[in-house]
Amino acid sequence: MIPAAFEYAKASSVDEAVKLLDRLGEDAKVLAGGHSLIPLMRLRLAQPKALVDINGIKGLDHIEVKGSKLHVGALARHVQIHSSQTVKESLPILAEVAAEVGDNQVRNMGTMGGVIAHGDAAGDYPTLALMLDADIVTNKRTIPARDFFKDIFTTALAANEIVTEVVFPVANGPHKYIKFRRRLFDWAIVGAAAQKVDGHWRVGLTNVGPTPVRAKAVEDALAKGAKPEEAAQHASDGLNPAGDLRASPEYKKHLARVLTKRAIEQAQ
Amino acid sequence: MKHKVAVTINGRKHEHEVEARLLLVHYLRDVVGLTGTHIGCDTSQCGACTIHVDGKAIKSCTMFAVQADGRNLTTIEGLAKEGKLHPIQQAFWDEHGLQCGYCTPGFIMAAAYLLEQNPNPTEDEIRRGLEGNLCRCTGYVNIVKSVQSAAKVMGGASTTAGRSAVTAGGE
Ligand SMILES: Cc1cc2nc3c(=O)[nH]c(=O)nc-3n(C[C@H](O)[C@H](O)[C@H](O)COP(=O)(O)OP(=O)(O)OC[C@H]3O[C@@H](n4cnc5c(N)ncnc54)[C@H](O)[C@@H]3O)c2cc1C
Ligand code: FES
Ligand code: FES
Repeated sequence: MIPAAFEYAKASSVDEAVKLLDRLGEDAKVLAGGHSLIPLMRLRLAQPKALVDINGIKGLDHIEVKGSKLHVGALARHVQIHSSQTVKESLPILAEVAAEVGDNQVRNMGTMGGVIAHGDAAGDYPTLALMLDADIVTNKRTIPARDFFKDIFTTALAANEIVTEVVFPVANGPHKYIKFRRRLFDWAIVGAAAQKVDGHWRVGLTNVGPTPVRAKAVEDALAKGAKPEEAAQHASDGLNPAGDLRASPEYKKHLARVLTKRAIEQAQ
Repeated sequence: MKHKVAVTINGRKHEHEVEARLLLVHYLRDVVGLTGTHIGCDTSQCGACTIHVDGKAIKSCTMFAVQADGRNLTTIEGLAKEGKLHPIQQAFWDEHGLQCGYCTPGFIMAAAYLLEQNPNPTEDEIRRGLEGNLCRCTGYVNIVKSVQSAAKVMGGASTTAGRSAVTAGGE
């Protein structure tokens, strides 16, 4: 379908983008890779009055390690993230997840900042950001991931706030992300991630609630010496996922337990 | 308000004034008249609209025409050279990689990008490389065969021929 009409402006710096957002008002939106926003606009589920295109902002697609942190620019595209030697060495789970987002065409366009700002419960990067205690950096402030994802499609971002980068800890120990889906390019029906950081397991889940979930009960059980299959039984503790066309709430909880077990066992 | 778009498509320059909401695929089909690029869905999933922008495969239904300003585009019409089909087009013909043909331009553009990245893919790599394209007719077996056969033809010295056809986008 054809999107509703909107005003279009290109920004060449973050400052200019913020000024444009201020001028265009509450109904203006940032356009990054467009791979969540444009499909919504085509279905007229989103009808922003104006779009501020940030694709022309230079230096927002950086990927670099500073000290013990990996900085990923908001405009770094999935294809850059999965093929980056820096990511492969400093946070290989992120490179592996990026390779599984959508398909080649989606990965050529979609961005780190777009996935984080969109706050889709089925987004893959938010799970990693949450479980690894990443920081989301905007033009105004630094927001810890645990305070960032508020509800489905709802984040802590203000209307005129722009994500500039996401800062992950360097972690190259055992790790695995398992994404359960029916077709290769699909979003996760449920996803489970396990990553060892400084000798302790971090465990995260995708699409089992309105926001990503950190499976603390599983982490605690593992810390007390539980075997993966015992610890993974706690993956569905406290979960209340919404059912959808592809999976009932019960099935999602089952998947959370099974995939968590597999992720921990297969981590390397 | 209208916006200027100046693009190079298959080696030819085009300039138009367009509405911001005009999708790139509609620009190609309705404004420029290149109807080889198809539209198969409303959800960015089918890949029928795949073209190359600055050498990268993208879904032209999920980009606005204004965003293509200043870029170099290749569509299915830009692959054949001097009346001779591109090796991937020929392979789809020879290996029966199509039935109704609706998905074919998108598959060929996605395959051209795939072979550019990985000239010698395994069957699994071909299937993964084409995951963003859907076909309702063939069951994919002959599409995979077509790409394998094109990879052979394009291998070695002739790779460069296929490559320049894709990136330079036909004069
Ligand atoms: C077929 C298909 C399959 C997909 N599969 C997956 C999948 O498996 N996993 C997954 O995680 N994603 C998937 N996606 C979504 C894809 O990753 C999108 O690219 C991503 O969700 C949004 O990023 P974007 O850069 O395209 O953002 P856009 O669509 O441009 O923007 C999305 C939202 O974020 C806002 N925004 C964007 N950038 C910023 C910024 N820097 N600061 C503030 N706000 C910003 C926009 O205003 C908009 O509201 C899929 C998409 C498609 C079409
Ligand atoms: S028309 Fe289906 S992905 Fe573009
Ligand atoms: S040949 Fe008919 S959809 Fe693919």
